[in-house]
Amino acid sequence: MKWITACRVEDIPADGGACVLLGGEQIAIFHFTRRGEWFATENRCPHKMQMALSRGMTGSAGEHCEPKIACPFHKKTFSLKTGKCLSGDHYRIRTFPVQVKGGKVYVGMMA
Amino acid sequence: MKTTAVVIGNGMVGHRFCERLKALGGFRIVVFGEEPRPAYDRVHLSEYFNGKTAAELSLPMKGWFEDEEIVLHLGDPVREIDRQQRLVHSLKGVIQPYDVLLLATGSSAFVPDIIGIEKAGVFVYRTIEDLERIRAYAPKARSGAVIGGGLLGLEAAKALLDLGIPQTHVIEFAPRLMPRQIDSAGSAALEASLRKLGLHLHLNKVTQAIEGNGRVEGLQFADDGRLAIDMLVISAGIRPRDELARLAGLSVGTRGGILVNEKLQTSDKNIYAIGECALSQGMIYGLVAPGYEMADVVATNLSGGNKKFTGFDMSTKLKLIGVDVASFGDPFAAEPDCRSIVFENRHKGVYKRINISSDGKYLIGGVLIGDAAAYNLLLQTVNNRLVLPPDPEDLILGSRDGGGEGAGVMHLPDEALICSCESVTKAAICSAVTEKGIETLDAMKKCTRAGTGCGGCIPLVKDLMTGTMKAAGVYIRNTLCEHFSKSRQELFDLVKLHNVRSYEETLKRWGKGDGCEVCKPAVASILAGCWNENIAKHATIQDSNDRYLANIQKGGSYSVVPRIPGGEITPDKLIVLGKVAKKYRLYTKITGGQRIDLFGAHVGDLPSIWEELIEAGFESGHAYGKALRTVKSCVGSTWCRYGLHDSVSFAIEIEERYRGIRAPHKIKGGVSGCIRECAEAQSKDFGIIATEKGWNLFVCGNGGSRPQHGQLLAQDIDKESCVRYLDRFLMFYIRTADPLARTATWLNKMEGGMSYLRNVVINDSLGMGAQWEQEMQALVDSYRCEWKEVVENPELRKRFNHFVNAPRKKDPGLEFDDLRGQIKAREW
Repeated sequence: MKWITACRVEDIPADGGACVLLGGEQIAIFHFTRRGEWFATENRCPHKMQMALSRGMTGSAGEHCEPKIACPFHKKTFSLKTGKCLSGDHYRIRTFPVQVKGGKVYVGMMA
Repeated sequence: MKTTAVVIGNGMVGHRFCERLKALGGFRIVVFGEEPRPAYDRVHLSEYFNGKTAAELSLPMKGWFEDEEIVLHLGDPVREIDRQQRLVHSLKGVIQPYDVLLLATGSSAFVPDIIGIEKAGVFVYRTIEDLERIRAYAPKARSGAVIGGGLLGLEAAKALLDLGIPQTHVIEFAPRLMPRQIDSAGSAALEASLRKLGLHLHLNKVTQAIEGNGRVEGLQFADDGRLAIDMLVISAGIRPRDELARLAGLSVGTRGGILVNEKLQTSDKNIYAIGECALSQGMIYGLVAPGYEMADVVATNLSGGNKKFTGFDMSTKLKLIGVDVASFGDPFAAEPDCRSIVFENRHKGVYKRINISSDGKYLIGGVLIGDAAAYNLLLQTVNNRLVLPPDPEDLILGSRDGGGEGAGVMHLPDEALICSCESVTKAAICSAVTEKGIETLDAMKKCTRAGTGCGGCIPLVKDLMTGTMKAAGVYIRNTLCEHFSKSRQELFDLVKLHNVRSYEETLKRWGKGDGCEVCKPAVASILAGCWNENIAKHATIQDSNDRYLANIQKGGSYSVVPRIPGGEITPDKLIVLGKVAKKYRLYTKITGGQRIDLFGAHVGDLPSIWEELIEAGFESGHAYGKALRTVKSCVGSTWCRYGLHDSVSFAIEIEERYRGIRAPHKIKGGVSGCIRECAEAQSKDFGIIATEKGWNLFVCGNGGSRPQHGQLLAQDIDKESCVRYLDRFLMFYIRTADPLARTATWLNKMEGGMSYLRNVVINDSLGMGAQWEQEMQALVDSYRCEWKEVVENPELRKRFNHFVNAPRKKDPGLEFDDLRGQIKAREW
């Protein structure tokens, strides 16, 4: 696995997400500012294959505050930890590890 | 000439008959009542001593008889029926002809012939007057007794306890209480509970004489026992009031009661008898539900229907002096016809028995004492012949695995009768929830009348509502979501009161977790409704459309809708729209709201597109927001030969007043210049239609999946009043509606409906009018085009890039096909 520089910290809105292009692939990066946590997933929602997850709303579900993202198209929600669909479908999205160092955001991807 | 129906008796059953017959229409109705007041709720009579007034117990609303054009003679009993001439003669001398005559004379308390029964301090328990006499006498009494340990006797005993009589006795000649409803083990459980509550029970006692010098001082029993008391209530059963029928020569039973056939006709086919005075197949029905059924049968048949009364389920559930007592189906069935399961907990005073068919498949009946929570479900199980689960004891042992009654009700068949007083089925209740959006018990009562009779079905109705709402995904408690246990209205007030300006702070103060796609836009709408700041300032809590100030379309492109107030546009502006569309290769279409929609814009192009539009004098159309969309107008009096007023100018004025204001859902308006209504204003959230004298204002209409016409709020008003009412109406809606509730839904859920809304908006019944006008003016004054701010702010503009690490690169996934010379989104 390689750590690839994705963007600067300030490129991602607080408690929100944005999309980066890494090696030809669209990656959505989310910053849970309040929790101080970062997540990365593929930008594509598996429901209608739309490149839109980064434009969705972040949030959490359940007692353990499972971090999640809601697709802006039809509000399918996905766990940012496991990639599993939380709204009853059998979809799963790919997730990536994130590191933040020196004001920069790195995403871990298979070489 | 209408058929005249004369009703003798204005009790619960007689009154129900009037309601039913009136609803079916076509009759002139004349009612004679012996009591001085119209029908009242005799079932809950003992609540009179708990502070309920006669007015609260009254069944008809004040003025009901006048409104329904029913002639009512109160305090005037009929003393004679002339069957030859079809006349009734009343005590006060009224002579009333009839075509059909209905006897609903009810019953009186049976007073046994005991020596000394005439003494002062001896009462019956039947009418409000009886209760008043008992109440007047009670302060003198230190001890009281009730003769009769049946249902009514125990009610009377409760009344004495409620009146604060320290020693209350119940005298029953049978060896146990309520022998007709419950089995002997059930009686024993009930007796134990009642004794614990301080009631003195004397069973197997025959009262021989009432002693005392002019007034009751004691009882003497057949076994030579004595009991000193200061007052006595007789409740030894009921006697049908059949004296008038006897006098008229109608057939009566040997032990009383007017003989009726399956259509409740007496021996004279023009005379009917219903309720406790009627003897049907050898039975006197002493409960209200069968009486209501009889009323329905006769009213239906008189109106051309064909219904029969063939007996009625006598299952019943009561709270007697705080102890639940229920019996259902056949409570006495015994082996070998059935097998019984009995559960008893003497410590808690609970006794339950269910009788099951010998093959173990069906429930036949049972008794519940001390805990009747399972009554409704058990009754339904009997009535609908539901097949029992393998372990039927679970039915009375309660939810050992957390299931409980609520889980079972949803499995009842659609035709299961839930409210037997009002004949309301499960399907009717469930569809009231799903079709009409009924979510409260009160609204359900209004809509279906379920639970308005004896009230015994209310827990079942509630469970059905909850179950149906859950199944439909509706919020049960009116809370935003898992992160906020408050309604939108509550949160709105809190945000305003505490001057909270961000989602972060709202969540910190009143929420938990990290929020979600439900509460974020709801709070965004609240913040906008309170402070009207540019929503771009709170971008990540907005729905995608509000975040990018454009409507996301299939494929991920956006559409752009500039405001065209009232649908009026200059040729120069039309040319600009054409030029911009050509330059950015956009698909153009005229919308339903009289504007032009430009589709297929890349997110990165949005700021430049808007820069050009704003330069040409356009502003945001808020097509992406839960906000005012358009105010559609017809061409009005400036051109139209029919137009009464200038609808276009008024539409523009209104649209520019409310543009940009955020609401729980989108708002659409319309202004028509005359009654022809070319602007279709009555299908809008607010619609204004010109009249000869001014404008008519309609509100709460919508198109969409469940179209609903707007309702008239105010008539023939001037422009200023129209704007003032609109200010109040919109502010009321913005503050109190649930998230994503259009005005129509909001009104449908509002208790009191349109008349309440009118009272609030026009008569200012909440006293909020001035404040709302002020708040609306603040919103109007703080309006700024949000796109203009974005275009002028480089930081905000930067957000409109698909890739933050490659700002000039567009989403390569965005692809278009050709259609009729324009682009269209590629199919997904």
